[in-house]
Amino acid sequence: MATIKENIAARFPQATFEDADVLLINIPDEQLHDLAAALRDEYGYDYLITIVGVDRVQSLGAIYFLSSTATNQEISIQVATTDRENPALTSISDLWSIATIYEREIFDFYGIKFLNNQDMRRLFLSIDWVGYPLRKDYDNSPENNAPSTQNERQSDFTQVYTRREDGSIACEDRAVFQPDDFVVNIGPQHPATHGVLRFRTAIDGEIIKKIDVYMGYIHRGIEKLCENLTYPQTLHFTDRMDYFSAHNYHHGLCMCIERAAGIEVPRRAQVIRVIMDELSRIASHCLFFGTYCMDLGATTMLFYTLRVREQILDIMEKTCGARMTFNYDCIGGVMADLDPDFVKDVKALLATLPANLKEYNKLFVGNVIAEGRLEGMGVMSREHAIDWGVTGPSGRASGWACDVRKTHPYSVYPEVEFDEITMTEGDSMARFKCRMLEIEQSARIIEQLIDNIPEGDYLAKVPKVLKLPQGHWFQLVEGCRGVFGVYIESDGGTSPVRMKFVTPSLNLAAVTDSITSGNKIADLITIAGSLDYIVPDMDR
Amino acid sequence: MEVTTKSMPYEAWKDNEYIENLVDELRAQGTNVLVGSLDKLINWGRSNSLWPLTFATSCCGIEFVSLGAARFDMARFGWEVARSSPRQADFIMVAGTIVNRMVPVFRRLYDQLAEPKYVIACGGCAISGGPFRKSYHVAKGIEDIVPVDVFVPGCPPCPEAMIYGIMQLSRKVKVERFFGGVNRQEKQKDFVDEHPMAKEAEKIINGD
Ligand code: SF4
Repeated sequence: MATIKENIAARFPQATFEDADVLLINIPDEQLHDLAAALRDEYGYDYLITIVGVDRVQSLGAIYFLSSTATNQEISIQVATTDRENPALTSISDLWSIATIYEREIFDFYGIKFLNNQDMRRLFLSIDWVGYPLRKDYDNSPENNAPSTQNERQSDFTQVYTRREDGSIACEDRAVFQPDDFVVNIGPQHPATHGVLRFRTAIDGEIIKKIDVYMGYIHRGIEKLCENLTYPQTLHFTDRMDYFSAHNYHHGLCMCIERAAGIEVPRRAQVIRVIMDELSRIASHCLFFGTYCMDLGATTMLFYTLRVREQILDIMEKTCGARMTFNYDCIGGVMADLDPDFVKDVKALLATLPANLKEYNKLFVGNVIAEGRLEGMGVMSREHAIDWGVTGPSGRASGWACDVRKTHPYSVYPEVEFDEITMTEGDSMARFKCRMLEIEQSARIIEQLIDNIPEGDYLAKVPKVLKLPQGHWFQLVEGCRGVFGVYIESDGGTSPVRMKFVTPSLNLAAVTDSITSGNKIADLITIAGSLDYIVPDMDR
Repeated sequence: MEVTTKSMPYEAWKDNEYIENLVDELRAQGTNVLVGSLDKLINWGRSNSLWPLTFATSCCGIEFVSLGAARFDMARFGWEVARSSPRQADFIMVAGTIVNRMVPVFRRLYDQLAEPKYVIACGGCAISGGPFRKSYHVAKGIEDIVPVDVFVPGCPPCPEAMIYGIMQLSRKVKVERFFGGVNRQEKQKDFVDEHPMAKEAEKIINGD
């Protein structure tokens, strides 16, 4: 790390450094693009995890989290602007495609315009929205943006902002679609978009030319809500983003807070958390098989896969008291001790799992129709996946080893043996099979732990009023659909100044456009479904 | 008159008073024997084949999926024909949060349902905004947007609660006047008059 720091200091004399959990480089906006390009091309930081917008009252800014796919090191860059009236920063969307979406999100939340971004529209909120909700001075009075049954005003144009010679900012309107494009609207109320997502699809005959992904139909403003809640109160929102990864997301947020507060989690709780995470993964993948096959017309599969899911939900209900929004992990451990039947039930599940998987394989994977519809469909290369930050089983099916359990081992994962499944084909079938194999690995992890749950406390002593010291923390965990990240910024109080959730589904939805264009419109369902995004997870 | 559904003893219901009020209302209006019997027959059919619209915005929707699968099996009650088009459905089960951007879409879906139509508000979000009530982009309950027939509390309500909710709806359907349907139209009008948001939607439909 030291060498990178020195090198960068030599090349960018204006850069200042901050040693947080991830090295932070402060850089003036003019040099951001050069620095980002150098980090990507020369130092191998080729994966843009996220861009976090921040409002520091005197200034508005953005923090870029980068990671190297070779060494799994992280680094972050911070830029800021003091102009609150007309804030603008340089875009890096030419370096990473996914930055287009990240920057749109920040524009939506903070009003920062990114110069040279080719698509600078709001992402979640309507064009008539008054104010920028994540700014500290946002006026949340109900008169401003009251819900209305009037149809939302929509524009066929997007804006591109550039800086003129004299320093002022120019705005150019650009059409989203070509004048002679035939645009088919799919969603938001459509059974195969898995929730309320909308695709504006330009087609040429049956061939997809371009998809404009229209989000925000379930944008619930979780990040802003968190800023007014104490840390323990923020936890339950993670259950409601990707409701299949409820345990995993909880785990991530708890770990981030625990690390910041210096709380040691008892080993019993750690083992329980990991078992729960893996059970969630199995349940989540099972539901994916069911709904995905149903989209493709194989309705029966849903009944087979939900059988396993229900079995897991029963196990969880006994211990956590809920079937879906568990709120089980809490700061310092877990909420309640395991049910006396837990071990017995999990073993019963593990015993039935292989037979079930075999059945799924027989029913669907080997089926000629399934093969015909999935193989070679929506191929995504490894570079493409990294460019768009597509993680989780979808990224691994393209050959990118991005499993956080391996790249940034946490909790008791370093002690258990399991394989990271990667494939090379990168098509819809690979994404499907990858999940199938991951279930086996999850079962393997549980097998190793279930007989070795240590005795002891399940919850550490945590102060009644939890305050985090001043600073910021970044934590990654592996959700069921990919990398889930938490960024917390604290000013020493009981609630966060900024809490940002990095969710995998946003990337999965964003990549749909580039991997579907050129395919037939009927295959849109096959390809988008195989990515397995969750709409509330992308909209937050 | 004991209004109940299949294999559910009348005493097991928690709100018989409400339904009895509806029955009294129905009696007070008075109909002749022929129409009354026809009503009964049609309502018997309708209440046993309520078709939901496939509509799920978030977490609660997943429990609705479980409802469709083998364990909770809503086919037992005749609700399994989930339609993707509102024009073919009898009721919307609003499973999930309704946010500002979704409000016009949701109202449009409701308007597209063919009469007689019903709404079940399922889960805290649909009832009041739930955990997101204080958010800048969430509608505080769907009651301002469409008239609601049954509320099912929970976050998410367990599938059993959902079944109970839909059974309640089918009980309500049983004590309705089908022919004439005057009461339904009036109720819609009253609702529109009382709720500014619904009024807006009405204006759009009427084209003024
Ligand atoms: S009520 Fe709870 S479970 Fe249902 S949509 Fe709202 S947050 Fe999700």
